[in-house]
Amino acid sequence: MQLFSCPFCGPRGESEFRFAGEFGNARPEGATVTDAQWSSYLHRRSNPKGRSAELWLHLTCGEVFRLDRDTLTHVVSGSYALGDCAEEVQP
Amino acid sequence: MTAFRVEGAGRIDRARPLLFHFDDVEVRGFAGDTIASALLASGVNVVGRSFKYHRPRGVWGFGVEDPNSLVDIAAPVVGANAQATTTLAFDGMRVKSVNGRPNVARDRGRFIDLFARFMPAGFYYKTFMFPNWHLFEPSVRAMSGFGRVDADAELPRSAEQINRAVDVLVVGAGPAGLLAALRAAEAGRSVLLVEQGGTVGGSLLVRTAAIDGRDGVTWTAEMLQRLAERGATVMTRTTAFGVYDHGLVALNEKGQGGRPDRLWRIRPGHVVLATGAIERPLPFANNDLPGVRSAEAALAYLRHHGIATGRKVVVATNNGLAYETAEALAAAGVDVTLVDSRRDAGIVPKGYGLLTGRSVVAAEGRGEVAGVRLDDGSRLVADSVVVSGGFTPTVHLYCQARGKLVWDAVAAAFVPGGPLAGLSLAGAVTGAFDLAGVFASVGTALQPIGVAAGALPAVAAGQPYAIAAAWPKPGAEGRVFIDLQHDVTVKDVELAARENYTSVEHLKRYTALGMAGDQGKTSNLNGIALMAELTGRTIPEVGTTTYRPPFTPVPLSSLAGWRSGGLFNPPRRLVLENVHRDAGASLREYGGWLRPAFYGDGPEVEAVAREARRAREAVALFDGSPLGKIEVCGPEAAAFVDFVYYNAMATLPVGRCRYGLMLAESGVVFDDGVLMRLDANRFVVSCSSSHVAAVQAHLEAWRQDRFDRKRLFIHNATPALATLTLSGPQARPLLETLDLGLALDDAALPHMAFASGAFDGVPVRVSRVSFTGDRSYELVIGSDRAEALWTRLMAAGAAFGITPLGTEALMVLRAEKGYIVIGKDSDGLTLPVDLGVTAPLRRKKGEFIGRRSLVSPEAQRPDRKQLVGLVVEDGEAPLVTGAHGVETRDGAKRSIGYVTSSYVSPGLGRPIALGLIERGASRHGEVIDIQHQRTMRQARIAAPCAFDPAGERLNG
Repeated sequence: MQLFSCPFCGPRGESEFRFAGEFGNARPEGATVTDAQWSSYLHRRSNPKGRSAELWLHLTCGEVFRLDRDTLTHVVSGSYALGDCAEEVQP
Repeated sequence: MTAFRVEGAGRIDRARPLLFHFDDVEVRGFAGDTIASALLASGVNVVGRSFKYHRPRGVWGFGVEDPNSLVDIAAPVVGANAQATTTLAFDGMRVKSVNGRPNVARDRGRFIDLFARFMPAGFYYKTFMFPNWHLFEPSVRAMSGFGRVDADAELPRSAEQINRAVDVLVVGAGPAGLLAALRAAEAGRSVLLVEQGGTVGGSLLVRTAAIDGRDGVTWTAEMLQRLAERGATVMTRTTAFGVYDHGLVALNEKGQGGRPDRLWRIRPGHVVLATGAIERPLPFANNDLPGVRSAEAALAYLRHHGIATGRKVVVATNNGLAYETAEALAAAGVDVTLVDSRRDAGIVPKGYGLLTGRSVVAAEGRGEVAGVRLDDGSRLVADSVVVSGGFTPTVHLYCQARGKLVWDAVAAAFVPGGPLAGLSLAGAVTGAFDLAGVFASVGTALQPIGVAAGALPAVAAGQPYAIAAAWPKPGAEGRVFIDLQHDVTVKDVELAARENYTSVEHLKRYTALGMAGDQGKTSNLNGIALMAELTGRTIPEVGTTTYRPPFTPVPLSSLAGWRSGGLFNPPRRLVLENVHRDAGASLREYGGWLRPAFYGDGPEVEAVAREARRAREAVALFDGSPLGKIEVCGPEAAAFVDFVYYNAMATLPVGRCRYGLMLAESGVVFDDGVLMRLDANRFVVSCSSSHVAAVQAHLEAWRQDRFDRKRLFIHNATPALATLTLSGPQARPLLETLDLGLALDDAALPHMAFASGAFDGVPVRVSRVSFTGDRSYELVIGSDRAEALWTRLMAAGAAFGITPLGTEALMVLRAEKGYIVIGKDSDGLTLPVDLGVTAPLRRKKGEFIGRRSLVSPEAQRPDRKQLVGLVVEDGEAPLVTGAHGVETRDGAKRSIGYVTSSYVSPGLGRPIALGLIERGASRHGEVIDIQHQRTMRQARIAAPCAFDPAGERLNG
């Protein structure tokens, strides 16, 4: 059982969380979005070996947040409320 | 064999004798005996038959390392494959031997060993290939393996699972663990010390020691006393079996006297592994004969249970630690000869014979050991041979925690490469096999947590370990066993090397070395060393296989805990469940909720037809409480619902409802339902009953992603509110008798509108939405008032011919209308256009979830599967749900879709069905083939709505 840290609730067991996608997968919008751009948004993931920036939902408080963790060692290196990090930190 | 109890020796309670049965043999022992020690003392030589060759096997070890003595326990609590060496014996227990029929002493399968030379490693893969492995599998499985699960046995009681956090977890309560635990406790840390054996002390209970002028047993008792004074917790019969992510350590605490085991999940600030070491066998021919056992185990049986392993014993060793076994047995009156493969150990024997520079090349005897042959050709008579091939540090937990091993040439063993973050090591696991070294390692182990070890206990010097490695040699004559539990011999490893399975992982899988229940605790290193020799590599070059949890087998009941039976996946319960039961409901699980399927006695088909007919002819009351009621409020609520729905929702007037679809970004229909607008900034999302949590999470994720979270809030009010739905032509007159304080005429409350009233002073929301196709009123009221409302409606409804409506009948009514259930009449590819909902895509201006996917090439394909009705000829049986529509193209039969819902419609008097069929929307009137298994039928494609297509009954 991994320990994830919700920015609002602190460290909790991983079973309280649900994966909500890769961080930084911006939604392409507007009339000019090509099939390739949209397909990439839907299906292409970087799936890194090592440090990974992800979105997780803490089911018990309902907050979505950014969790940085290592897919190889499972070390959690940080968690951020979305409003606090969306602009200044890029994966 | 002649193992016997030594008068006055051991720590068993001779005042409390016990008696149990091993197969049909009466076995006597004393309180404190394990099954293995009682068997040994009672002269039971053969405790098991080997996995593959059915060779007789005796007790080899003392604890979890023993490869031979698996038994089934038949009473009082059933357990398959218990280790006789770690299971306490108690009076009246019934123990059964495994892999021997009728029993291990007279095993009919023992002839198999005669064919052993034809059954090397890989035998099954090579032999039973043709025509098909499954032809041979049943008999091979019956011939091999160990215990049997009694399918009729009562399930074990549920295990407790307990979470605990401590500052320091110490694994292993030998001298190192005891000292480390005490020092940490003295420094004010909360300490948990766990020991897999039944007693604390480890090697101090087996070997003589002098620590600070006390003997080892006295010192242990003092340490326990001081640990108790410091508030440390000490748990025995508790195995730390796994180290998991983020430092979680899992423990299994053995239950005693029929009590179930307990699982502990420990979050330690720091772990000290003081897990000790395990003795290896020596490689010589027939080293698996009953009567051959570990020298350390022989000493442990003498000191713990007062058992001498034989009357004439050969001790064979390549190191100094077996000398104490020889000395102790000799002191107990046993005739002992010690055979040391080292030339000159400089030790003066005390009361036993000593041969140095000699090694055992074969054990001799039929069915049990009768003597040994040495490398100079001489023979020694013996009724037991005890061996020490050196000690292997128990590094399993260290490796599970991703520690890397290094080869220690002096200790001839893999040892931990050093401490890890949050984990350090003390004692024999570090390769220190003398007491002074063990205590010194405690100081190192405590450094990372800033605890000083202080003055270390003064110890008398013991026999130096001074091992001269004796690895298995290629070309050895006879049957030299490496893995006793899986019957792997030197020849099997040689075959693996010859066939190029030289990687340690291939060696393991090809020969099954180390893959048995004991996971190679005694055998892996010998196998690796032999492979190194065969391939001209060093032992560290061959390396070890990956260590994975569990260290020892864990009962599935421990891992399951309380999550079994009715608690495995408990259904959610309706607030009105008792009311439904009183009304004769048959309850069934629908989407995680326990709900009425139908009411009353009699065949289900008739009950469903009766309810459905009454709902069309008079009025029916349905408990729809699980229906989602997710409130969306705030200044951005209108923009939000417009974005999350496929349909235009910002234009929904206050007081009105609108049916809509929610899509995923892939365009696939995610949920459907009705949206209500309570006021300008407040909506209620009414989503599918089984889908509320998923929809709420979906809405939350989008709210937080792109809306101002201070101007938009989502609240799931589903559990707080009950939904009771009246449906049918008599619904309105019935509702009027309740005097809810609101106008029910169609001008004031038309279809797809709602109004608020009060029932006995409690607010009730009344909505005109219909899932049956008939005039319906959805009444939403606080859950605590649901029973009163239900009771009043049923009582007043008697005059109107009311029936309670079960879920099965509702499914029939909605299917007659072609109303879909998401996930049943749609699948993971269904787009809204496939359901015939095309207007929003053409007309809606704003952005919404999934929009771009609906104009992709995939969405534009002409051959998409579309929702249709399927009609069979009059008098025929209904189609089978899941049956495929098929067509033949280019000579090949292919699926063109499938039946999603199928019922007999009481209203229409014929079967009805819905399906997803390729190009279905443009094929109304066509007859297609429908195949179910081997039967082929025909059905005509029609519009999904089979009943009242004009929708006149909604206002009827």
